[in-house]
This record gives sequence, C-alpha cells and structure tokens, in this order.
Amino acid sequence: MSWVLDNLDVIAGYTGAHLLQALPPIALAFVLSLPLAKLANSRGWLRTGVTTTSGLMYAIPSLPLFVLLPGLIGTGVRSPLNIIIALTLYALALMVPTASDGFRSVSRDVLGSATAQGFAPAARFWEVELPLAGPVLLGGVRVVAVSTISLVTVGGVLGVPSLGMLFVDGVRRGIVAEIGAGIVATAALALLTDALLVLLGRALMPWHHRRREERP
Amino acid sequence: MIGFENVRKEYPGGTLAVEDFTLEIASHEAVALVGTSGSGKTTLMRMINRMVDPTSGRVTIDGEDVAGMNPVALRRSIGYVMQASGLLPHRTVLDNITTVPVLRGTSKTAARERARELMHIVGLDPALATRYPAQLSGGQQQRVGVARGLAADPNILLMDEPFGAVDPIVRDELQGELQRLQRELRKTIVFVTHDIDEAFRIGDRVVILRPGGRIAQVGTPQEILAAPADDFVASFVGADRGARTLHIERIEGRDVIVDADGRAAGVLSAAPARGGADEDRADGTSASTAGQEPPR
Repeated sequence: MSWVLDNLDVIAGYTGAHLLQALPPIALAFVLSLPLAKLANSRGWLRTGVTTTSGLMYAIPSLPLFVLLPGLIGTGVRSPLNIIIALTLYALALMVPTASDGFRSVSRDVLGSATAQGFAPAARFWEVELPLAGPVLLGGVRVVAVSTISLVTVGGVLGVPSLGMLFVDGVRRGIVAEIGAGIVATAALALLTDALLVLLGRALMPWHHRRREERP
Repeated sequence: MIGFENVRKEYPGGTLAVEDFTLEIASHEAVALVGTSGSGKTTLMRMINRMVDPTSGRVTIDGEDVAGMNPVALRRSIGYVMQASGLLPHRTVLDNITTVPVLRGTSKTAARERARELMHIVGLDPALATRYPAQLSGGQQQRVGVARGLAADPNILLMDEPFGAVDPIVRDELQGELQRLQRELRKTIVFVTHDIDEAFRIGDRVVILRPGGRIAQVGTPQEILAAPADDFVASFVGADRGARTLHIERIEGRDVIVDADGRAAGVLSAAPARGGADEDRADGTSASTAGQEPPR
C-alpha cells in the first residue's frame, strides 16, 4: 500500500497516458463505424463480408499486431500511435457489426412514416435513424470502451507508457502492490468510463428509459 | 382534387401492384380505398405523396402532376396518418405533433401552441404532452397520429389503416371522432382499409379494389349496398352472407331490424333523427341510416 502512496504521481501519469491511447480508438471507431455500417447494410453480400472480416480481425493476437504495425506504417516501435491505430482496428471489428445491427433495429415503419412527414434524407438520418439506433450503438460503445481500455495495457510489454507498465515493472521488480495497483487502476478506469457512458446515454436518450414506466 | 390517370406500378422483378387505375377524388371528399392485401390500395395512396412513383400514368393534385413536384415539400403539405408504429418513439407527444410544422419552418413556440389546441381537438389530455409514445395506450397513440397529420393544416389527409392496431371499441370511438372532425374540417381524405364497415363509415365514396388495383366498384356506401356490381363486391360487402340483408320484425310494438340470421341489428325510429345519428348505428349498414347522413 505504501508503494501506491509513494508513487501516486507515477500512477497518475500512466493513467493520463493510458487515456490518451484509449479514448481516440473508442471515438474513432464510433464515428467510422456509422458510415461503414450504413454501407454494409446497403448490400446483403457486403454485410456478410463485413461481419466475417470483423470476426477475423478480432482473431489476430494483439501483441504481434503491435509489433508488426510499425514495420507496416513506418512509425517508431514505442510510438503510442501504433497502439492507437491497432486498437482502432480492434474497436472497429467490434463496432461495425454492432452499428449494422443498430441501424437494422430501427423500425422500417417509423422510417417510412418519417419520410411521409417530409424529412429530407439527411435530416431523417440525423434526427430519426441515428437516435433510434442509439441504444444498440451505446451497447456497442460500452463493450468497445472496456475492451480498449484493457487492451492498452498490452503496450506496456513493449514499453509504451500506460497502466500496463505497472504490471511489467511490478513483475520485473517483484513489487506485488505495483501489480495490484495496475490491475485496480485499469479496472477502475474501465468501470468509470462505462458509468459515464451509461449516464451519457440516459441524458441523450430519455425516451429509452421512460418507456416502461407509468403506462396506463 | 386528386386525379389518378391510367396509373400503373410494376416493381422490379415483375410484381404488378397496380395494373391500370383511373379515379378522380373531389376536394373535401373522403374516399375509402378498400381491398384485401395485394389489392394495391396502399401503393395507390403512397403515389399521392410520392412515397411510390408510378411506372406509367399520372397522379395529379389540382391538375398538377406530382411527378414535377419536390417530394419533400409535397410530403410536408400532405397530412399522413398510419398505425401507431409510425410515431417517432424518441420524441414526446408534443414534439411528434409539431414535427411537420417545425420541418416547414414554423417557430417551435407557435407550433407547440397549435399542437396543444390540436390535442384538445382530437380529445387528448394535455397532461400527456410530455409523454413518449410508448407510454400511451393504443387509442391515445392513434389520436396523436391524427393530430400530427392535421398539424400543418394540410388540404389532403392520407390515412393508411390508421385504426388497424386498436381494439374494436376504441376503433369505433376513433372512427366516430374522425367523422366529427371531418364534418368540421372538410379535408380531402384518402383512407386505406381492409375493413368494409370502416370504409362505409368513413368514406363519402368507397372504392372496392380487386388484386392489382383493379376497381371492382366505386360509389357511395348506399349505391354499393343497393346494387353490388358483381358477385365479388356482393361477397366483399357481405351481402351474400345475409349480414346486410335486413328486414323489419315487429317486436313489442317497435320495428326491430333483423339480419338474415335473425340477429337484431337495430331499431327503426319513427322520424330519422339528425346529428348524433352515428351513435345509433349498430353496424354501419345503410338500412338504418339512409337519409340520416348530415349534409357535407
């Protein structure tokens, strides 16, 4: 415990670095998944292809990918950019099929009715289709967020600063408290992010929560 | 006025939804399109607001071909009511009703004020304004749908089986309300249904469709009942089953109207009462209502 108290600044620094590597993939995957999912849903064979590719993507072990990526894109081995790019790919593999399901979950009757009311195509997407896909999209983002935050730790093995460095360093130096701190901090970060996402969902989609209350 | 001129709709793959349909619908008239599934009734209605474009032929509004109109602007000028599932689940009752006026650029405040009036007109408790559709009963959702259809004060109201998803008692109530509204508002209504009783109740004229949008008969409910064009129509309106063949039996000093199965359908009153007649109608047959229709 005293190790933790003595090294709060180290833990805080790693937490910051951890977030800087985790948040861009989560945000990028969310934004990129929307057009990709729409595209996939426009053709049956494309959707099958996307689902299969996503499954295969996820089967690639993360450590070799982190090692291989600098060679492929010319970044430094210890650059956080490698981690961000690799994690964006993993996040997309999770997020695109979910977003595709999300858009398919929107009732065709509601979309038809929105068109009949006079929504132009773009307005219909932003004001009707996207919000109604929201609950499924949120479910996807929550999984992506937790998984990404946990995967960032793998970079620690390569010496890319993150909470993962605490395990690596703790194991090497035999400091159990340091290993524990790394696990607890990573889990806490994941849980906190998840809680924030849930709150965000409640604020943005009040209709989804009031659905089952006080029905006459 | 809405005109269909030799309209045909063929889908890719060869499905023929509508073969060759011609009909004129006068302004302020309520026309019910009735037929089984595959009769093309919904397809025909959706041609009016360009949700469907005909393969050949023309659809006109006041003489102007809709094919030349901007579809989005056209749709905003036409009221559209469908089953409850058509409400936007993520918007409150008030925001659902103001959808079209807001799309047309009316200020939110003005649109909301008008929406509250409309809620009153269609018989919705003002307390429901902030609810979401899923928090309403089926009948309330339908009323919201009607209010939304009327919100931009359109001349034309398209109704696609709007009361199909509610139970018979509520449906009867909603049909009565629609009749009342139509007496006041005198919109041009195109009403699609598979229920002949509903068609007779709502439509000034009824169009009975065969598969492929072929017209079996067009006429007022009275005309169709008095002279079904053929066996198809007779069967469709139930004339052949005896449900529409009514006769009078004298019971306890009153003239009771009885159908062919001997079931009482209503009582013949000495002098046909005007107004309020709708509530007296037992099953929408014209035998008990001839001459009672209010002037339109």
